[in-house]
Amino acid sequence: MNLLTIKELTKSYYGGKLAVDHLSFELNKGECLGLVGESGCGKSTLARCLMRIEPIDSGSISFENEAIEHLDGRHLHPYRKKMQIVFQNPTAALNPKLRIKDSLIDPYEQYHKELKLSHFTFTSKDAFVKQLMEAVELPYDLANKYPHELSGGQRQRVTIARAISIEPELIVLDEPTASLDVISQKAVLTLLTELRKTLSLSYLFISHDLAAVSQMCQRILVMREGKLVDQFDSKHLFADERHPYTKELISIF
Amino acid sequence: MNGSLRIPKMKKYSWQGIVAFIFLILLFVVAIYTFSYLQHDPNLTNLDERLQGSSLLHPLGTDQLGRDVLTRLLLGAQQTIGYSLLALIVALIIGVPIGLISGYKRGLVDRVFMRIADGFLAFPDTIVAIVLSGLLGPGIGNLVFAIILIKWVSYARLVRSTMLTESQKEYVLIARTNGLSPIKIIRKHLLPHIVGHVLVLASLDMGKIILLISAFSYIGLGVQPPTPEWGAMLNDSRPYFQSRPELMIFPGLAIVVVVLLTNMVGDYLRDHFDVKKEVQ
Repeated sequence: MNLLTIKELTKSYYGGKLAVDHLSFELNKGECLGLVGESGCGKSTLARCLMRIEPIDSGSISFENEAIEHLDGRHLHPYRKKMQIVFQNPTAALNPKLRIKDSLIDPYEQYHKELKLSHFTFTSKDAFVKQLMEAVELPYDLANKYPHELSGGQRQRVTIARAISIEPELIVLDEPTASLDVISQKAVLTLLTELRKTLSLSYLFISHDLAAVSQMCQRILVMREGKLVDQFDSKHLFADERHPYTKELISIF
Repeated sequence: MNGSLRIPKMKKYSWQGIVAFIFLILLFVVAIYTFSYLQHDPNLTNLDERLQGSSLLHPLGTDQLGRDVLTRLLLGAQQTIGYSLLALIVALIIGVPIGLISGYKRGLVDRVFMRIADGFLAFPDTIVAIVLSGLLGPGIGNLVFAIILIKWVSYARLVRSTMLTESQKEYVLIARTNGLSPIKIIRKHLLPHIVGHVLVLASLDMGKIILLISAFSYIGLGVQPPTPEWGAMLNDSRPYFQSRPELMIFPGLAIVVVVLLTNMVGDYLRDHFDVKKEVQ
């Protein structure tokens, strides 16, 4: 079943440069779809368009076969609570003036009236925060601290905990490990894989790191200058019919 | 890390700031409540008792018209601090919302507000105050009006610039993807960043406004006699400087102390809200 369907999505910035150029793909339910490309190829713009932070020029975005590209404000709420995003830089993704627990609870407080959680069961806010911290393997006492008191890896775990807090269908991971050291990268990737199983999530995993993507994902898309140039199963990463640009990416890693 | 590189632990609070804050609060309380205990009529002239030295009846002596100096000094505190606070609060009430709207909405709204602000910014504050006094006549009302007209701009610009940088950050984007309304985002995520900056600027401005009101009263464009005001008292006692210098020293000292206290509080608040310290 298609969870997310993108058709002919186009987005340009001032000056007419196309950041995303007639892009089409679909993401199946339960899938971890990889999206690779070099810096500036439009990956992050695509993520922002999907999350409806950036307006799109043309094309369509369908979530569970319902077109959502023309919706805004309150009408988007049913979809917003099924989609979450994790950004590259966890320092900017957490409000430095809020305690970890207040940042964590933010999406839940927004949706708690219309939300039925199945994995997280709790009676108090503190218990919920505790469960979330446990889910991302962080000690509970960090919940009372401010973001600058945590390490980069811990901060990224917090943003992941916030993303899963409302048990979404889809999480867009926009280079979630790019700002972490190698050991934290590995740990975060393992955590993401486990969470996907326990919470039956789907991921759109955006990265320039072909190694991480091929480890995480079944299907990989290659993007260059806003266009999709290649699309393949991760088993066939080294096959001969790969696009020259994909081969180039492989040779770098 | 080597011993040579050890950085001394930063003190979390400076005691001077807290002391200054307590003194300022005390001063406010004294200024507001003393009038009910005053023994003398501040405007009652008594030419038999003019220019007296300090005595039990008049602890700080009397002025050139025989009025009790301490009484006038305390009522002057009410005038000076009261009008400064009034000007400051109105400037905040106008400036902060305009900055919030401008920084969050951007686009045309932002451009219109900021061009208006630039227009006000083009004139130095004393010039605006003098011109308004010339047009509308001298008086404390017009002076306060002039101060508001100048001061709201700095708050609008400060709030706007903080809004512009913060609302681009990813935590605000995430709040937006979670469907939080602009009002909720401003209240929960952006206001905590703005409060610190605004408080610091306001406490430093407080000193400037007190000086401005006193200075304008000194040249006769502010509070009008016989109402006691520190700047006006300075001016009144000018001819008697050689025979009774205390008459100038007391109100002058009062101005210096209050401005100093507000500046100390401002410095303290700046350190307290310092973002850099948080990152360390």
